[in-house]
Amino acid sequence: MKMPAFEYACPETLAEAVALLASHDGEAKPIAGGQSLLPMMAFRVAQPTLLVDLRKLAELRGIRISSDGVRLGALVRWRDIQDDARLATAHPLLADAIKHVAHYQVRNRGTVGGSMAHADPASEMPGVAVTCDAEIAVRGKSGTRTIKAADFFLGALTTALAPDEIITEVRLPAWPANRRHGFQEFARRRGDFAMSGVALFYDLDAGGKAANAHVGVIGVGDHPKRLAAVEAVVNGQTVDEATIAKAVAAASAAVEPPDDIHASAAYRKALTGTLVERALRSAAA
Amino acid sequence: MKNTFIGTSMERREDLRFLRGKGIYVDDLAPSNLLYAVIMRSNIAHGRLKSIDASAALKIPGVHSVITAKDMPGGPPIIPMRLQPLPEFKPFEQLVIADDKVRYVGEPLAMVLAESVAIGEDALEVIALEIEDLPAVPDWRAAEKNESLLFEPAGSNRALTFEARKGDADAAFKNAPYVRREQLRTGRHFGLTLEPRGVMAEWDAASGHLTVSGAAKVPFFNRRILAKQIGLPEEAITMIENDVGGGYGARGEFYPEDFLIPFAARHVNRPVKWIEDRRENLIAMNHARESEADIEIACERDGTIIGLRGFVHTDMGAYMRTNGAVGARNIPQFMGGPYRVPHVKIDSLLWMTNKTPVGTYRGPGRYEGSFYIERLLDMVAHDLGIDRVELRRRNLITSAEQPYEIATVQPTDARDQYDSGDYEQALDRCLKEFGWNDKAKLQGKLIDGRYHGLAVCCFVEGGAAGPKESARLEINSDGTISVFMGSSAVGQGVETVFAQIAADALEVPVDRISHVHHGSTTTVSDGYGAYHSRSVVMGGSALLDAATKFQAAIKDAAAKRLGCNASEVRLGEDKVFGPGGKSLLLAELAGLTVEGAFLNKKHTYSYGTHAAHITVDAKLGQVQIVDYMVVQDVGRAINPMTLRGQIIGSLVQGLGGAMLEHLQYDEQGQFLTGTLADYLLPTAGDFPNLRCIVTEDHPSPINPLGAKGAGEGGIVAAGGVMANAVANALQSFGVQPRQLPLTPTYIWELVQAGQRQAAE
Repeated sequence: MKMPAFEYACPETLAEAVALLASHDGEAKPIAGGQSLLPMMAFRVAQPTLLVDLRKLAELRGIRISSDGVRLGALVRWRDIQDDARLATAHPLLADAIKHVAHYQVRNRGTVGGSMAHADPASEMPGVAVTCDAEIAVRGKSGTRTIKAADFFLGALTTALAPDEIITEVRLPAWPANRRHGFQEFARRRGDFAMSGVALFYDLDAGGKAANAHVGVIGVGDHPKRLAAVEAVVNGQTVDEATIAKAVAAASAAVEPPDDIHASAAYRKALTGTLVERALRSAAA
Repeated sequence: MKNTFIGTSMERREDLRFLRGKGIYVDDLAPSNLLYAVIMRSNIAHGRLKSIDASAALKIPGVHSVITAKDMPGGPPIIPMRLQPLPEFKPFEQLVIADDKVRYVGEPLAMVLAESVAIGEDALEVIALEIEDLPAVPDWRAAEKNESLLFEPAGSNRALTFEARKGDADAAFKNAPYVRREQLRTGRHFGLTLEPRGVMAEWDAASGHLTVSGAAKVPFFNRRILAKQIGLPEEAITMIENDVGGGYGARGEFYPEDFLIPFAARHVNRPVKWIEDRRENLIAMNHARESEADIEIACERDGTIIGLRGFVHTDMGAYMRTNGAVGARNIPQFMGGPYRVPHVKIDSLLWMTNKTPVGTYRGPGRYEGSFYIERLLDMVAHDLGIDRVELRRRNLITSAEQPYEIATVQPTDARDQYDSGDYEQALDRCLKEFGWNDKAKLQGKLIDGRYHGLAVCCFVEGGAAGPKESARLEINSDGTISVFMGSSAVGQGVETVFAQIAADALEVPVDRISHVHHGSTTTVSDGYGAYHSRSVVMGGSALLDAATKFQAAIKDAAAKRLGCNASEVRLGEDKVFGPGGKSLLLAELAGLTVEGAFLNKKHTYSYGTHAAHITVDAKLGQVQIVDYMVVQDVGRAINPMTLRGQIIGSLVQGLGGAMLEHLQYDEQGQFLTGTLADYLLPTAGDFPNLRCIVTEDHPSPINPLGAKGAGEGGIVAAGGVMANAVANALQSFGVQPRQLPLTPTYIWELVQAGQRQAAE
C-alpha cells in the first residue's frame, strides 16, 4: 500500500494549474484535501504521473453568501462549513448534511471541490448539489464554464469534468425563508458511507401546502439523483401522514440499489423509504 | 507477606513508555544495509501455479532479488501444527510459499527484496504470473461435495472430525420429553491487531547466528520450528520480542513470513524487514470463528437440560495452521458452557475451503459455543414458558459439583474439568448490579420508535495451558532486581503484574523491580509464551517458585560472605543482614540469578455473567446498547484495573464480531472485505455504556496464586447476549436471530419475515 512514483507541482495561479493539467495527457490530477485520492493511490487504483496541489490558489477559498445563494469555493473544507454560523439560515440543508461527512479528521481536510470531483455515489455534497440544482463552475484550458449538477455526475467516480478542468466553485441557489428541509442517512457505523441517504426540501405556500419539492438520494445508485415520483406526490399537498405514506412507497419504488457487502438491495429500497419518511417528518416538524 | 501489591490497581508500567512514544515496535528497527521484503500473493483462490516470471521486476533500479519456491534447496518447508499435531492433519499443512497449487487469495507466491517498500510494490506490478484456475471451494457446503479437492492426495476436503462425548446422548434423547433442533451460524471474523505483523531478520555470517525481531506469543516454539526448517541449531537463533500493538491469539503464531524473512536474510546476507500492510493483514493473518451448528437440545419439562446432540461444521480455510484446530475442538467440548449437560454427542467437522486459513482468536470455540447454547436456552425458555433467568439458574453447575467433568473429545482424548466456582453467585451479582428487576418491564416495549430488549448469559473461560512456564530473577549492579519471564507481552500489561507479583514474593517495594523482561528467547532457558490466558497463572506461579529459590540463593551467597549459616541471614530491601550487626548490600551480589518454573496439566476456569439492555430500530435494523454489565470471577485479581481494561476490551471485540466484523468472500473465493471501510471494526462511539465488575470469590485450587486466566471472558458471551437481546426486543415480530453478525439487513429481514407471517 505504497504509492507509485509521481511528480508534484504547487502552482501559484489557477492558470498555471490548468496549464499543468493540460500538459500531461490526462495523467495529471489536482489534489486538495487528498482524503479520497491518496488512499486510491496507495491502493494503486489511481496512478497519476503528476499531482497538482491547489493549496496556494486563494481564489478557490471562501464561502460567499448573497441574495443569489451560497457560493462554496472548491477549497472550502467541511470544517469551514460547520464553523460558518451564517449557513444555519443561509443553507440549513447543507449545514445538516455536512455533519454526516465521515469523521472529525476527514472533515478537517476534505474539500467541497474534491468531493464533487471524486463523485462517490454515497457522498453528501454531491447529493446536496443535485437536490438543490447547484451549478458547478469549472476552469480549463479553453476558459470557464458552468455545469448543472444534474449533468455533472455521470456514474460512480465519473463526472463531466475534462482532464484539464478544475472545479472553482459550487453555487447553491438562494434559500427562501418559507423552505422546509430534511436530511437523513444511515450507515453501519457513524461516518461510514451511507447505505442510503435522503436530502429534501419543499416550499410552503400561503395555504400551507408543499411546492417546489426537491427530493434527492445518495448511496442507492451510481450517482446521486432526484426522485421525480416522490416530488410529484409531495407537491401541492399538505405534508401529513397520508402524503408521507405515499412518498415512502414512491421512494422505495423509484430506486434500484445494488446488493453489496454492507446491505441487500431489498433492504436499501425499504431504507430509502424509511429515510424519506423521517426526512419529511423532520421537515414538517 | 508484608506487601499487598497483588490486588492493587497500579497504573501500567508500560504506559509511560508508550505515551512518550518510546515503545519500540519491529517497524522502528532499521539497521544499516536493510532490504525491505514485499510479498506477492495469489489473487486466485484455487489454481495451479504454472510459472512466475520476474525478469522485468529485476530490471527495476532498487530491486535486489525475487525469491520463489525454486530458490529453496529441497523445496519450501511446511509449517507444522503447534497444538493438536495429529497425523491426520499432515496432508493439510501449509508450505511457506506456494510451489504447485494456490489455495487462497493471499497465499505467498514470491518475495521481492528491494531498497524500499514502494520499489518492491513497483516490482509486484510487473511480475508475470500464470495460474490455471481450478473450481473454488467457497464454503463448507461446497467442500462437503468433494467435487473440487484442495488436496487431491487426501481424497477429501474434510481434514478431521472431532467427536465430543459424554454420557449416552442417543438414549437420553430417545426418552426426552422435549427436544428442539436449530441451525445456527457464526460469521467469519478475526483478531485484527491495530499494529499489523512484522518480521526483521539479521544474519551474522561470521558467527552463523540469526537474530529475528518481531517475535511474539510463542517465541521459543517458533524458534524450534525455524531452526528445523532452516537447518540451524536452536542456539544459533535468537528471537526478539518487541512491543506489539495487539495479539488476540493471531499475532505470533508461525506464519509463512516467519520463515521467508529469515531465509531471505541468510540468502542475501543482508538484514531484511517485512511489515504487513493492512490489506495483507486482512488476508494473511489467521481468520477465525466461521461455523455452522445443526444442533438439538433435549430438556425435561421443567427446563432441566438433558443433552446436546448434533453437528458443527467449521470452515478451516485452505490449510491447517499451527493452532487452527483449537476452535473446532472447543466448540463441541465447551458448548455446554457453565451449564450442567449430562449427555453430549457432538461431531465437529473440519472443512478445508479456498479461504485464508484459520487460527485461534480470543475465546476460540467458546464464543461460537456460547452463541449456540445461549440462543437455544432462550428458545427453550420460550417454548416451555420458563423465565429465562430461572432456566439458567436451574441448569448452572453448582459449587458442590466442582470440579466438574465436561465432554471428552476424540481423537485427541481431550479430557477436561472445571476447577471451581459458584456460577449462580456471579449470575445474582450481575442481575443486581445491572438492575435486571427494574429493567425487566421494558422487555419488548416500543418507546420513541425503538424496541427495548434484555438478555442475560453465563459463561466460562479456560486458561492456564501447561505444561510449563519459567521465570528468572537477577540482582542488578545497583542492587535492584530484574525479572525475566518466558511469558510474552501482547498487550496484557504483564510488565506491571509480574512486578507486582515479584515485589510481594520478595517482600520489597515494587520500584526495586527494575525491569520485567519477557518473551525473547534470551530471557529464560525454556519459555512457553502467551496464549490460553496463561501468563498470570503459569508465569506468575513460576515467578513465585523463582522467588523462593532466589531468596535461598541470596542467603547462601550472603552467608559465605558474612561467614555465617544461611539460616542466620535475614533479607532486607536493599541489604542482607547477618548475625552481630554485619550486613551486605544486595548490590554486592550483583549477577546472582536463579530460575524457577511452574508445571501444570490442569486448566483454570474463570466464569461469570453478561447482561445487556439494548434498543432496536426495527425499520433500520439498528441496535444500540443502553447498558451492558459483565461480572467475572477470576479467583484472584493481580491488578483489578488492568483486568477490567482487558474485560471491556475483550467485550468490545465480542460486540464487533456480533454486530459489525465480517470477512466476506464471493463464490469464486475472491475476498470482498480488503479494507477497514469494508471490514468494520468497532470505533469509539459504537458500543458505549459497557461496565464490568471483577470478583474473587473462588480462587483456583490448582495454582499457588489462586488466579484464573481472565483475558477472554468479556468476549465469550457477547454474541449470544446480543442475539438474545434482539430476539427479546423484537418478540412482537417473532424474531429469532440464527446467525452472526446481526447486520441491519439481517435484522430487517427477520422483522419483514415476522410481519409476513403475522399477516398470513
